[in-house]
Amino acid sequence: MSTGTPIAETTALAAPAGSPALLQEPGTLSAFWRRLRARPSAVAGLVIVGLLILMAVFAPWIAPYDPTATDWGNVRGAPSLAHPFGGDEVGRDVLARIIYGARASLGAGLVSVALAVSLGLPLGLLAGYAGGWIDGAISRLTDALLAIPFLILAIALAAFLGPSLVNAMIAIGLSATSTFIRLTRAQVRAVAAEEFVEAARALGNPPWRIAIRHILPNIVPAILVQATLTIAAAIIAEASLSFLGLGQQPPEPSWGAMLNTAKNFMDQAPWMAIWPGLSIFLAVLAFNLFGDGLRDALDPRQRT
Amino acid sequence: MTKPLLDVRDLAVAFDTDGGAVHAVNGVSYTLREGETLGIVGESGSGKSVHVLAMLGLIPRPPGRITGGQVLFEGRDLLALKERELQKIRGGAIGFVFQDPMSSLNPGMTVAAQIVEPLRIHLGLDARGARARAKDLLDLVRIPNAAARLDQYPHEFSGGQRQRVMIAIGLSCRPKLLIADEATTALDVTVQAEIVALVQELKRELGMAIIWITHDLGVVAGISDTVQVMYAGRILERGPVDDIFADPRNAYTLGLLRSLPDLSGSRAGRRRLHQIEGAPPDMRHLPPGDPFAPRNAFATPRCRAEMPPLSQAHGAAPGHLVAAWYDLPKLLAAEAVR
Amino acid sequence: MLRFLARRLALAVPTLILASMIIFALQQLLPGDVATALTGEERDPQVIAFIREKYHLDEPLPVRYGYWAGGVLRGDLGDSIRLQKPVSELIVEKLPVTLELACLAMLVALAIGVPMGVLSAVKRGQTADTVANGIALWGLSVPNFWLGILLILLFSVELGWLPASGYVSPFESLSENLAAMVMPAFVLGNAIAAVMMRHTRAAMLGVLGSDYVRTARAKGVSPLRVTLRHALPNAAIPIITLGALEFGQLLSGAVLTEQVFSVPGFGKLMVDAVFNRDFATVQGVVICTAATYIALNLAADLLSAAVNPKLRRA
Repeated sequence: MSTGTPIAETTALAAPAGSPALLQEPGTLSAFWRRLRARPSAVAGLVIVGLLILMAVFAPWIAPYDPTATDWGNVRGAPSLAHPFGGDEVGRDVLARIIYGARASLGAGLVSVALAVSLGLPLGLLAGYAGGWIDGAISRLTDALLAIPFLILAIALAAFLGPSLVNAMIAIGLSATSTFIRLTRAQVRAVAAEEFVEAARALGNPPWRIAIRHILPNIVPAILVQATLTIAAAIIAEASLSFLGLGQQPPEPSWGAMLNTAKNFMDQAPWMAIWPGLSIFLAVLAFNLFGDGLRDALDPRQRT
Repeated sequence: MTKPLLDVRDLAVAFDTDGGAVHAVNGVSYTLREGETLGIVGESGSGKSVHVLAMLGLIPRPPGRITGGQVLFEGRDLLALKERELQKIRGGAIGFVFQDPMSSLNPGMTVAAQIVEPLRIHLGLDARGARARAKDLLDLVRIPNAAARLDQYPHEFSGGQRQRVMIAIGLSCRPKLLIADEATTALDVTVQAEIVALVQELKRELGMAIIWITHDLGVVAGISDTVQVMYAGRILERGPVDDIFADPRNAYTLGLLRSLPDLSGSRAGRRRLHQIEGAPPDMRHLPPGDPFAPRNAFATPRCRAEMPPLSQAHGAAPGHLVAAWYDLPKLLAAEAVR
Repeated sequence: MLRFLARRLALAVPTLILASMIIFALQQLLPGDVATALTGEERDPQVIAFIREKYHLDEPLPVRYGYWAGGVLRGDLGDSIRLQKPVSELIVEKLPVTLELACLAMLVALAIGVPMGVLSAVKRGQTADTVANGIALWGLSVPNFWLGILLILLFSVELGWLPASGYVSPFESLSENLAAMVMPAFVLGNAIAAVMMRHTRAAMLGVLGSDYVRTARAKGVSPLRVTLRHALPNAAIPIITLGALEFGQLLSGAVLTEQVFSVPGFGKLMVDAVFNRDFATVQGVVICTAATYIALNLAADLLSAAVNPKLRRA
């Protein structure tokens, strides 16, 4: 198989050749920050991400209603002053459900990617640094996992694990792991060939120490970019699973699940479909914008 | 006096980058007669390639930018022409031969397809006529068994043969001017000599003018009528080839000459090869004076403050121009006494 | 060329075997007794015993895998508990629908993505580039099931131009088939178009900066011909290879698209199977997807080899 991953767009960074640990030097960090701020789209992405996280964390204080409380007077109620986003098929407030829904979406995005990184990074480090049959075994496993399309694997996992938000997170995380194994491995191999690693080896540093002290800091930027873009993919994946009924279970709110029910009331209550979709779009767009900006700011080759 | 074929007047080119504008060419002026061979010598970053690419609209814009000057070719200002009109001149009256024939030929097109293209565009030949002429051109550049090789791809040719194909393309429409940009740089020494010999032969047959751009003074010696030395986007010295070699007036030219291996076997030939100390200047922040002054042992305070004009060297052959505030022969004589 | 083919095959086969092991191992994730879980709603001890017998559930895992893999090789993917049919039969029935959808979607993706990528590479840094990048970002970020719902809302509910759901075989009525497929194909192709645009742009930027493109320009070749005749064919190789990798995303997306538009394909089969706890069907669909994906990547490698004159003659 060739390179590439099934998850969204993952033009990963090439190893920052020759540059000493990008994030270790305060000078480079501030330069990076300056480059990031020079990109309005990246800043916009970061701001939206921040606002969404605040919304998810402070949902109980922001939401005007209990997201699971039904109100028979508001069944498929059109948007009004009392219910700006309208009501759903059992009269729950759509705005409140959107606000609480951020918890499922962002939570799934962050948790599943954290899982994927915490599995993929060590395995990738091991494969890239140890080489030999260990590398062979891990690489074949990665190829095999990548051969099963991301969402299909996630659906299958969720099917066998049983439908729930936690299982959806696990399924998405496991499905995304192969991407991080492959990326880390490629990065490690590129960085391990650098002179400063040779020098560290010549000084008699043990392999694990070289891997953690010298190699890891150099591959952090690429992993960070990939993680940000994968969060975007994971948010879509969670929404997809919930849309299919394999994620967040009713009556707990999730944007994907809301779209699932909205589908049946499209002609009578289109607002039920508009807001959750818009929320998913905005969240995914924000992470994509931020991830793209991050990549451009971290990659010194990407000028003009 | 006859009108020159090419008249470059005060040409300046810059490239915009994140770190500010790179001033690649800074006021270059010279003329070229019909049938003249001009060798332009300099290291990478001297502006020798960029200025010819820029005059024909071949630098990427942006980030490249022509910031001033005129380039008259047969009396017409190339810089004022529209892209469409420039297309008629490129590959037609002005042919190109680029360095590294490995990457300069399209790997996905047959050699015939690549030679035929300019013939159809500029000479309006039909497919059969163009193909017949393509075969003649391969014969012309001495590629054996030309007819059979037309439909092969570049990777099926050796490096030297690919360079011959490049030359065939450059000469395909009988240009008045052939620009060879480091045409022999990527080749083995023996193949280099073959290519140089071939171009000299073709020049005798076809009579075009040639601009031969190289970093290798040795190549220039054999082929040029006139030599022009460039550094940091400026011409530092220019003159008849024999006079430049016998009586260099700029310290940079002298440095280049001293870095040449002398194969004559004379006593001087056994001296250690010379290397020019220091590094080329930062083209974003050029020094106010002579750009070579920081690396020049003979530099005077005036060199650092003010750019010397390019003017006739005292006591040298007519047409031998130099940009230097110092008098190099005098300084060399003084050095020899010490 | 033959050696190239052999090397690719030698890599693809173990990948497929390993993928099948992973898919088989999914069974182990089922909570509780596998036989009970596999029977679904059925609680009849006789049925459970039958299932236990049929799937050799008392044997150790590797042996069970052996039985299963042997069956898969013979085209026996087990039986659908719910539909009382062999899984292979179901797949053969549904696959053409999804393949049609996938091919139409790929067509949409190429028709939108490649020209947009070429344009934005040629106009790098200019307005057209910014706009094209913006569209690509939109395409990457919009969830395709939501886009499907919006399109249904507009073209079916409001305007009544296109059917909201259903599928008509092209052999019955080509026009009705296309009318039913146009929205699903667009929705599915949309996200891939964005990815293809980015791949095309990157590949074209690389090629446009190459020496041979400069040679072509120095020959007086017009910009249009430089782009289409000199640059695009050389950019095609990475576009083809990367495009084939997107097929996985295409299959993932098909699951959702088929759900939204009620297209009776592969993805719908899988989702229905998931809800009916019809695990043999789920496994069958996944292994077929993986096999298709691996085969397509192989095909893409061969295709790019065919396009590349260096490999063609070797």
